[in-house]
Amino acid sequence: MPDLLKKYHKLKQRHDALVQLGTDAVQLVNEQLLSPTRAIINGRETVLAGTNNYLGLTFEPECIEAGRKALEEYGTGTTGSRIANGTYALHVALEQALAEFMGRQHCMVFSTGFQANLGMIAGLAGPKDTIFIDMDSHASIFDGCRLSGATVVLFRHNDVEHLRRRLKRHDAGEGGRLVIVEGLYSMLGDTAPLREIAALKQEFDFQLLVDEAHSFGVLGKHGRGLAEQEDVEQAVDFVVGTFSKSLGGIGGYAVSDHPDFDVLRYASRPYMFTAAPSPASMATTLCILRQIARRPQLRKKLWDNAALLHNGLKERGFELGHEAVSPVVAVICPTQEYAVAMWNALLQHGVYVNLALPPGTPKKLALLRCSVSAAHTAEEIETVLQAFVKARDAVATMQV
Amino acid sequence: MSTDNDNRQVETTIMELLAPYNKQGVALAPDTDIAADLNIDSADVLNFVMEVEDAFDIDIPVNDLSDVRTVADLVALVQSRIGSA
Repeated sequence: MPDLLKKYHKLKQRHDALVQLGTDAVQLVNEQLLSPTRAIINGRETVLAGTNNYLGLTFEPECIEAGRKALEEYGTGTTGSRIANGTYALHVALEQALAEFMGRQHCMVFSTGFQANLGMIAGLAGPKDTIFIDMDSHASIFDGCRLSGATVVLFRHNDVEHLRRRLKRHDAGEGGRLVIVEGLYSMLGDTAPLREIAALKQEFDFQLLVDEAHSFGVLGKHGRGLAEQEDVEQAVDFVVGTFSKSLGGIGGYAVSDHPDFDVLRYASRPYMFTAAPSPASMATTLCILRQIARRPQLRKKLWDNAALLHNGLKERGFELGHEAVSPVVAVICPTQEYAVAMWNALLQHGVYVNLALPPGTPKKLALLRCSVSAAHTAEEIETVLQAFVKARDAVATMQV
Repeated sequence: MSTDNDNRQVETTIMELLAPYNKQGVALAPDTDIAADLNIDSADVLNFVMEVEDAFDIDIPVNDLSDVRTVADLVALVQSRIGSA
């Protein structure tokens, strides 16, 4: 019998080769967090430019206090699922607040953002249904599709005509049809052509799910995401999101106006058969949600910072993954080896960004993915820009 | 029923579409294992399959790909999708 982990030998060899070049990117440790934008890594104070902490609210004193209070009042964990003993007043309060914020009738909270996609997709679609997804979708969307047992049809990234052809060709038979896109794609920072995709509903019968994981708090007048920005919320049947980005916690949610939405509470296994999120997590998320609602200036600061980093990198001759300014700024590297060397050099110059390597990246690009925060100071953005230039100079002498 | 002639035509088109991904110049045959023999990663497999879908104006659901290893498997799948279209 072959050893079960033997199949990963090639993957392991590849990982080992990357570690030879410096720090292990997938096992990096933040030894101490100093603020939403600073940590001690490898014993060095480091500016964090790859955290998805878009609004920078993870250290809000009021929200830390809310979490502390929840710990004291409700204990450390729920020790049970939502359908058993795990539903606390805090879960219900957060669901109501999120539904209100998103302007929807119903909300369900999940234990992680990944599970929100698993639970919604596998809850909505079954073996007789067909799901149409963008080929650059997040792993949780792919895995949700697989879990659902539905027929899965891919369309080219952000290619509305390609999706249209697929819908036209498709005979739904007795099954339903679900189209899934993301508000803001996490690797390159581009957005879905949501207005055009929503318009396809006039031509074809389908239900639409939008994953606003990266766009919640970031896009739209009130921060509800891309559907709000594009004024197509009416056409979106289901919105999925996460607490682990702008909301600075862990967990996920789905909102909808569908009258039967709550049936998913006892039909969706990733919702039903896992422990309900911890009380402290619910309390901090609720507190940060309220901060987002009353502090729209955070969004303006985020976009000002995004423009600073985007334009600064462009002026310094770096090739970026997206033409327009976005809170996700991806620097395209010529090779994987170059990306790894740059990533290590950036770390040595006190800047952390995400290292994103193929095949899990769009167009198989090797990327240094930055995400901007409203909490970044202008000086910190300048530190990031200078570190990119210094890292490029250092790597130029290494002949990678 | 598909004829041998149909099969050959589908096979020829698939071989043509596969050629740009065959970077190591492996001799393509019906029993060529698309991912393993040609050393194509999962992302390129999806790109290649999308080109096949467009060439034949069919959908190849991701679910059906798990049964496809060789060129001959893909020819059979394309034939069945053309038949059901």
